[in-house]
Amino acid sequence: MADDEKFDAVVVGAGPAGTAAAYTMAKAGLQVALLERGAKPGSKNVMGGILYNHYLEEIVGDSWKEAPLERPIIEERRWIMTSDATIGIDYKNLRNREHPHSYSVLRAKFDAWFAEQAEKVGAVVVPETVVDRLIVKNGRVVGVGTGRGDAVYADAVVICEGIGLGTGLLEKTLINGKPLRRKLRPNEVAMAVKEIMQLDSGLIEERFNCDPGEGCTIECFGDSTLGMSGFMFIYTNRDTLSVGGGALLSEFNATLRSPNDLMEHFKQHPAVKPLLRGAETVEYLAHLIPEGGHRGIPKVYGPGYLICGDAAMLSNPVHREGSNLAMISGKLAGETVVHAKEAGDFSERRLAEYKGKLDHSWIMADMRKYDGAVPLLEHNPQMLTKYPKVADQALDEFFRVDGVSKWQKQSNILKMVRKEGMFRMGWDTLKALWTMK
Amino acid sequence: MEKLTDKLFTVKYNEDSGKPHIEIIDQEVCGTKCEGKYCTHFCPAGVYEWNEEQKKTLVSFGNCIECGACSIGCPFDNIVCHSPRGGYGAQFKHG
Repeated sequence: MADDEKFDAVVVGAGPAGTAAAYTMAKAGLQVALLERGAKPGSKNVMGGILYNHYLEEIVGDSWKEAPLERPIIEERRWIMTSDATIGIDYKNLRNREHPHSYSVLRAKFDAWFAEQAEKVGAVVVPETVVDRLIVKNGRVVGVGTGRGDAVYADAVVICEGIGLGTGLLEKTLINGKPLRRKLRPNEVAMAVKEIMQLDSGLIEERFNCDPGEGCTIECFGDSTLGMSGFMFIYTNRDTLSVGGGALLSEFNATLRSPNDLMEHFKQHPAVKPLLRGAETVEYLAHLIPEGGHRGIPKVYGPGYLICGDAAMLSNPVHREGSNLAMISGKLAGETVVHAKEAGDFSERRLAEYKGKLDHSWIMADMRKYDGAVPLLEHNPQMLTKYPKVADQALDEFFRVDGVSKWQKQSNILKMVRKEGMFRMGWDTLKALWTMK
Repeated sequence: MEKLTDKLFTVKYNEDSGKPHIEIIDQEVCGTKCEGKYCTHFCPAGVYEWNEEQKKTLVSFGNCIECGACSIGCPFDNIVCHSPRGGYGAQFKHG
């Protein structure tokens, strides 16, 4: 890149948010640079692994069908675990075969493909480029400085750097003496780890009860995270499994546990171990997930800049959604910059269109709905520790055929629930319903 | 595979040798203020190790898988973790 080039827009980070923003702007004819610190888009990017095709289609149209996706998700399993039992809801929806709405995905491949789509519509993708500062002039972001020492100027800078490494950008850039985002707290992010475990595709289908090419998810709560607020998962890919999960970083600090110990604890669970037998770990990854809720979202626009995706703390941990919020926020930011270009006006007031669009979208509706969900679990550890055990004991009594009459069993279960605090459990249920109303 | 060291072997690195991207701001804080030695626990790649003899936190930055937890998780804001230079550091094959 020549020194000190000027674009209509420069996008920081080629993940789902940044690439969606770059695609949207380039397609509308803007000059766009998409800067990525990895050797190629995707080589630094990690998520659990479920992508929602509805949103991908909203951005790239029919060509979403050519995306390197792994398996369509036909079955969703949710398990509540104690140390030696699981209680599950397994929802297999065969209509998903005709109209899949989610796929397992591996980001190194997917992000590279997605960035290629942006390139095809004219975005300039620049890999191996770390953005180490935002250039501020007269109280306005006017460009970015790269690790090579050069500068790229633009009318608008779209910041999609995620919340992992490089978070410093928003915290260290000051406009009118204020940082673009305050420092994140350890209870606003989840620390998650993942292993990619290789397993023959036929074996995956047998073990997970899937037809050829189809997949399922298993998400596990309770003992799987040793009661910390979070969950563990297994997602089926073509010939690998994505096995991982995590919990709030603050809870690792409070318990002095290590993410890898949590991972091994999960892998050794008697209900999980047989599913992973013979599968060989071929990659180990870690990632932070924004879990600050609606209250954790920073101001997403300002003079000369817009913030999207994880960097804007947009994620819905209750429904394990993130990449879709990233893509659509990127698209909305892109559209805002296109309108600003048409109007020849990149003022803060003009860029506020992005905030208005976000506020009226399902993204902010969901962010508001689940605002209190993570703090609820954080402050009520009994929900993931004690209650699974009570449910386990009650079901043990219910299913065990051992010479005790069913009347007696019913009365035993009631006694057990009463002993464990029936009032408290009822109250907690109401609280949970109220929080996620 | 159970051991972290074995798992880290599966990660492809393009090491920018001699250019640490992680700094401990003040080793004195690790030695005197920090009782939990939190980073030695929460870091998923075991980058941090407390050395009692040298009274300092040793940093194996070459193991870093770039999650960014250290700069948020250190209760004393005593760790600065930058991105490795463009193209260097962990290179995920699967992601």
